[in-house]
Amino acid sequence: MRHLVSESIGDGPMGATLKRKWREAPLALVMLGPSLVVLVTFVLYPLGRAVWLGQQRCNVQGKNCRSVGWGQYTDVLSSNEFQHALVVTLKFALITVPLGLFLGVGLAVLADKHLRGMRFFRTIFSSTIATSVAVASLMWLFLLQPSVGVLANVSWLNSIFPVIKEPGLLNDPGTALWSVGISSVWANLGFTFILVTAGLQGIPRELHESAYVDGASGWMRFTNVTLPLLSPTLLFTSVVLTSRAFQAYGEMDLLTNGGPVPQDSTTTVTYLIYGSSSIIKNNDGLQAAVAVLLFVILLGLSALQFRGFGKRVHYGS
Amino acid sequence: MASIRLVGVSKHFGDVKAVDNVTLDIADRDFMILLGPSGCGKSTLLRTIAGLEDLTAGEVWIGDTMVNDIEPKDRDVSMVFQSYALYPHKTVRANIEFPLKVRGVDKAERTAEADNAADILGLTPYLDRRPGALSGGQRQRVALARAIVRRPAVFCMDEPLSNLDAKLRSETRAELVAIHDRLDATFVYVTHDQVEAMTMGNRIAVMREGMIEQVGAPSDVYDKPASVFVAQFIGTPPMNIFPAGSLESGSHLVGARPEHTTFTDRMDGSVAATVTLVEHLGHELQVVCRIDDEYRAIVRLPAGTSIPDSGAEVRVAATEEHRHRFDATSGLRIDR
Repeated sequence: MRHLVSESIGDGPMGATLKRKWREAPLALVMLGPSLVVLVTFVLYPLGRAVWLGQQRCNVQGKNCRSVGWGQYTDVLSSNEFQHALVVTLKFALITVPLGLFLGVGLAVLADKHLRGMRFFRTIFSSTIATSVAVASLMWLFLLQPSVGVLANVSWLNSIFPVIKEPGLLNDPGTALWSVGISSVWANLGFTFILVTAGLQGIPRELHESAYVDGASGWMRFTNVTLPLLSPTLLFTSVVLTSRAFQAYGEMDLLTNGGPVPQDSTTTVTYLIYGSSSIIKNNDGLQAAVAVLLFVILLGLSALQFRGFGKRVHYGS
Repeated sequence: MASIRLVGVSKHFGDVKAVDNVTLDIADRDFMILLGPSGCGKSTLLRTIAGLEDLTAGEVWIGDTMVNDIEPKDRDVSMVFQSYALYPHKTVRANIEFPLKVRGVDKAERTAEADNAADILGLTPYLDRRPGALSGGQRQRVALARAIVRRPAVFCMDEPLSNLDAKLRSETRAELVAIHDRLDATFVYVTHDQVEAMTMGNRIAVMREGMIEQVGAPSDVYDKPASVFVAQFIGTPPMNIFPAGSLESGSHLVGARPEHTTFTDRMDGSVAATVTLVEHLGHELQVVCRIDDEYRAIVRLPAGTSIPDSGAEVRVAATEEHRHRFDATSGLRIDR
């Protein structure tokens, strides 16, 4: 009976399909080859290598790495340095993501009006997307520098906020993270603005007009039409902004060097990995362990965001 | 309920005159159709009534109030859009209740009114669904229910049936007329479909290039078209226009509906033509004849009639009592 069944499959349409699939396998491999090579070389191998490196420890020169076991991950996780960096990173994300979203949505909604000269403002609002982190950070450095910075020369502002001049917004442990955060929000604003503007333009005009004729005020139209229909864009933007906040490095490196010390107020997880004044500088094994932990945390956070907000996101009809 | 009066209404977009000096009276409880080809300004005119477009010039009156500077929400107008404009994230019930909710009507009353509107339009089983889970016809009903739920004096409808298939469109036409009768409201209905115009409206305003070409009852517009444009826009197939000098018309153009156009053997009172196409429509035949490079005529015959073959040389005539005359220069009707 088994023989009969297998024979019938082999000669039937299912068998023919299987045979054809096997025949086409070499061609499929050739077609997939280039993508596979890129994926393995630039994603899978580095990821595997980083995970492997995470259980090694190197000497102070970053050499003679040897395996110390997978427990290194738990050691890193429970270390004061990592936990401090994680808290700073979380604070940084809590400053930059909501503020960036709020400002991006606000500016995009303002610029969505069909008024004269709006094209000029759209260009201005989106211009930071073409500005590199290095340029943006230097610009903010010129603004915030306590002795020769632009803000330091505004006397009335200095009298209200003496911290601008002494010790300087970037040098005060209470304001450093906020200052770096605001520079980061500014640098990411163009990105948020463009995404939200595109989202707004995807909302049919008739929906607003219908609500308008029915008597909805501007705020009601915003909450009942704009926000719900913008929710897929907002979810995507918030996931990307969170990921960017957790990976932000250039701002800290150029503006504060992870400081001010000794509080290490702007030593984020990424700065802990790469920073020139990081305590684990040159230790490839520990750096890799922190990087892998950051990857896992970000993965979990993104999943949480999708699960948490997914039900409130409306993907239209 | 309310009448609508448009006095010298113009709406320009830069150099484009979308609506140009339109004056129109729409009586209380009229079912007024704004009919015309794409780009003739009919939707813009409707939007000026609803308050969605600011006027370049003129006055819009609803009832005894000039509404030029009055917000749409205070005009007592409802609007049904071609795309239905349903909120995809709200249920059918929430969509229907929305106009009442934004006006602060309490929950119990909102529910009762939505139930009533859903009942009128046969939407009760779908109240908890989202628009995405409905067919085109059902979505169209939801849009109608949302429009009727707050019982406005004026309904503005912008080609609400154009996204439906032919069968559903024909059914919904009859339902809309029934709803108009039931609500006793003033309907202003925009369409480019002359069948909708003829079957639904009690008055039709035919528009062309931002202006009104003719206003009248459907039978008037069909039987006494004010211009060659109206004659050829209303009727399927359109009215045949014969060149000036043919059919003993002197210097005028002559028009005749295809059902009043015949083949003849007589030389006088007829025009020579060549049969170019014979269309068998089942219940009738339509024979397309070429008179010259500019003019052609369609002859409508009962099914089973013997007809000339394609390419045959024929003579075409129109019965005298059904001929229409138009000025050869202006295209306007000349009444005898």
